Amino acid sequence: MTFEWEWIPKLAQGLPLTLQITFTCVAIGIVLGLLLALGRVYGHRLLRGICIVYIQFFRGTPLLVQLFIVYNGLPNFGITLTALQSGILALGLNTAAYQAEYFRGAIQAVRGGQMLAARSLGMSLPQAIRFAILPQALRLVLPSWSNEFILMLKYSSIVFTVTLLDLMGQGKRIASRNAKTFEVFLVVAVFYLVLVLIVSTLLRLLEKRVSIPGLGAPSEHR
Amino acid sequence: MLLRVEDIHKQYGKDKVLCGVSFGMKKGETKVIIGPSGTGKSTLLRCINRLTPADQGRVWLEEEEITHTRASINKIRAQIGFVFQSFNLFAHLTALGNVRIGPLKVKGMKKDAATKLAMEELERVGLSDKADAYPAELSGGQQQRVSIARALAMFPKLILFDEPTSALDPELIGEVLEVMVSLAKEGMTMLVVTHEMGFARAVADEIIFMENGVIVEQGEPKQMFTNAVHARTGEFLNKISELYGETSE
Repeated sequence: MTFEWEWIPKLAQGLPLTLQITFTCVAIGIVLGLLLALGRVYGHRLLRGICIVYIQFFRGTPLLVQLFIVYNGLPNFGITLTALQSGILALGLNTAAYQAEYFRGAIQAVRGGQMLAARSLGMSLPQAIRFAILPQALRLVLPSWSNEFILMLKYSSIVFTVTLLDLMGQGKRIASRNAKTFEVFLVVAVFYLVLVLIVSTLLRLLEKRVSIPGLGAPSEHR
Repeated sequence: MLLRVEDIHKQYGKDKVLCGVSFGMKKGETKVIIGPSGTGKSTLLRCINRLTPADQGRVWLEEEEITHTRASINKIRAQIGFVFQSFNLFAHLTALGNVRIGPLKVKGMKKDAATKLAMEELERVGLSDKADAYPAELSGGQQQRVSIARALAMFPKLILFDEPTSALDPELIGEVLEVMVSLAKEGMTMLVVTHEMGFARAVADEIIFMENGVIVEQGEPKQMFTNAVHARTGEFLNKISELYGETSE
């Protein structure tokens, strides 16, 4: 087994793209996922139905298929997106469905009396959600949501299939030139591992920071 | 009349919980609702501020009909305090935060003013030293006192108490009842579902005995304890007094 130092800076060139895609998608997923979860829990029948169909579609079909539909399929309808746009869109829509389910679970895990208390003070439903339910649900969701974040970091690697040179794409390019596939992808794997460890450590710190005194960290409560 | 309740009916599936309940309350009165569990006392309280919609019947707070479909229910609820059996303090807020959130978010009060008001209400229930504690760091009795302060901070016209001491350890009941007694004496209008006969005897203007979704009998405590018209009322009062004692004055 022989490694070459020059792989490292080359792979590092793919890092910004991997991070950009991951963070953008997670952000899209938070916003859209939260809306889907709220629609599913508090919406009327039609809205609830729409949310469920969305969630089932994106959880029930392979991510790679979704990416290809966006990148290769949409141009048939006159919508042509760049590779990067396609990657972010597909991954963002996909993680939104998963995040929606995590958010929904957390919202429903907040005790029913909290909503009653908020409404009895004269809060409207949106106020009650904003001031009583979400602050607790978002704390509860952190451990499982962190998992989704880490998954996105790794799943972002599929964008190499639409020609993007992210960490994975760079690895593929190096490997195709020197045929040291095993060694190159071992280094790629270490890159991802380090990223995951950093992100999960940061998220665990966040979890501790926002934990409610007297209740311990949310993860201890699940 | 401050509160008028007229012919309230409520049914869960085939189970008739309330079958035509009517009564009224004047400003400053304390009324205690007693009765065996499952007779719709808690449901009645929730029908009054529409946390549970009644199937039939009407409720007025002063001139405003709460049960009217066009009633601005959030505005009305802001004038009716509600104290829950299980406290239901917001778990992510300190005692101060819990008391402050109503004035701050519902009434749109400035933060400084809301904080000052909340501190005063905490003082009133004897918990100003616990302002920065979270609910999970407080005893049940302290949590319930905070929840009373939370209701008070809205300057309610009326407070509904739904078995406020039933979830408490016996040694913690007294501190909550003490606060409630002093509120009653200060002239707060209170409708209280409870088994605490000592409290009823001490401050109730009227006791309402409910069974099977109807009011069986109502009257002044003295008359109800000594001279109940219905045999069932006397029987129930005796049993409750034996079970709960009269520790709470």
